[in-house]
Amino acid sequence: MANEVILLDFWPSMFGMRTRIALREKGVEFEYRDEDLWNKSPLLLETNPVHKKVPVLIHNSKPVCESTIQVQYIDEVWSDKNPILPSDPYQRAQARFWVDFIDEKMYDAQRKVWGTKGEEQETGKKEFIELLKTLESELGDKTYFGGDDFGYVDIGLIGFYSWFHAYEKYGNLNIESECPKLIAWAKTCMQRESVAKSLPDSEKVIEFVTEIRKKFMIE
Amino acid sequence: MVDVVILLDYWPSMFGVRTRIALEEKNIKFDYREQDLCNKSALLLEMNPVHKKIPVLIHNGKPVCESLIQVEYIDETWPMEYPLLPSDPYQRAHARFWGDFIDKMLPGLGKLMWGAKSVEQESGKKEFIDMLKTVEFELGDKTYFGGETFGYVDIALIGFYGWFDAFEKYGNFSIEAECPTIIAWAKRCVKRDSVAKSLPDSEKVIELIPELKKKKRVE
Repeated sequence: MANEVILLDFWPSMFGMRTRIALREKGVEFEYRDEDLWNKSPLLLETNPVHKKVPVLIHNSKPVCESTIQVQYIDEVWSDKNPILPSDPYQRAQARFWVDFIDEKMYDAQRKVWGTKGEEQETGKKEFIELLKTLESELGDKTYFGGDDFGYVDIGLIGFYSWFHAYEKYGNLNIESECPKLIAWAKTCMQRESVAKSLPDSEKVIEFVTEIRKKFMIE
Repeated sequence: MVDVVILLDYWPSMFGVRTRIALEEKNIKFDYREQDLCNKSALLLEMNPVHKKIPVLIHNGKPVCESLIQVEYIDETWPMEYPLLPSDPYQRAHARFWGDFIDKMLPGLGKLMWGAKSVEQESGKKEFIDMLKTVEFELGDKTYFGGETFGYVDIALIGFYGWFDAFEKYGNFSIEAECPTIIAWAKRCVKRDSVAKSLPDSEKVIELIPELKKKKRVE
């Protein structure tokens, strides 16, 4: 049976980027559909009625929601090449732990960096840098989070890299001076085709954030 | 090699319950170690330095943190016994989605139980009831969330049942009136040995609440 894969997504979404990367790592042909989040399509509302969010992966008409769940699904269905999760249960649990950490902490912290001002922003910046340092410490001297091979945790985190220039601009930060190893890791990831194709241009993200800030009057 | 399994836990924890049930379902002998959360043990801090929380599953000296990650780890490490997740990737993604949704019920419960003002408590109660109704709709007419067999989603949710009496008392509402199918499902689950052994006594949970409220106010 032919595989029909559709991805409902939004181009700056760090979560959508995860799924894009996973599909490309596996060489899966997919139809990318950009959603207008202020005017959600009937298909989005039908395939993700619970959260009404992107990304939604639709495989042979069956929807899978939540980016980390999609990445695991992709790994299990297209198991013949480029494994994303380790095969050892303990290593898998460690990988899941770190992606859960990223999911629990990163989104809110980075939101404060570009989306707030004054004391709230300062607190957000401090939190954000601490998180990055924790992740950098976990990375250590390894090429990727899992060791020599690009995998689940790298996919979980790399999307945020496309937003780093926006954080630096609006948060008045220098991420490389705080976390040089993490920046080196990100540049290594960007050399992979799946990542380079899946991340938006940093400048476009800055334009997007500028627009959002105007819309929500964060000045 | 003989497996040495230790569980660092706290008797009323809705999350610890999940791991206890998974271990019991697989007939794994484990050393349950009650933790004093006001005076965390050196072992807890060493095994979960990132979050410093329970439950922590320690298997042959190696820690696994986060309850749903522990449940998957247990299922993968002891695959011969009763399977907790479905074998089909789409069904697995579906189960993980609902486990994730159940975890998202926590902020509403936090507001309901620990909210400083009645407006916050009412908002938390509404959030919790709305989400529980969504979960009830997902259960439908099935015996368990996965169909005929007890599994991952049942394990994710049943831990909350030990706190239902406390939610009702402090929220001044009846969960059975709002979600009768969920109550019927819970009563079925409690007939399982693994669940009956692992759930805390509802009355003891209620007795604990004033103490926990005091501590939360201090935080």
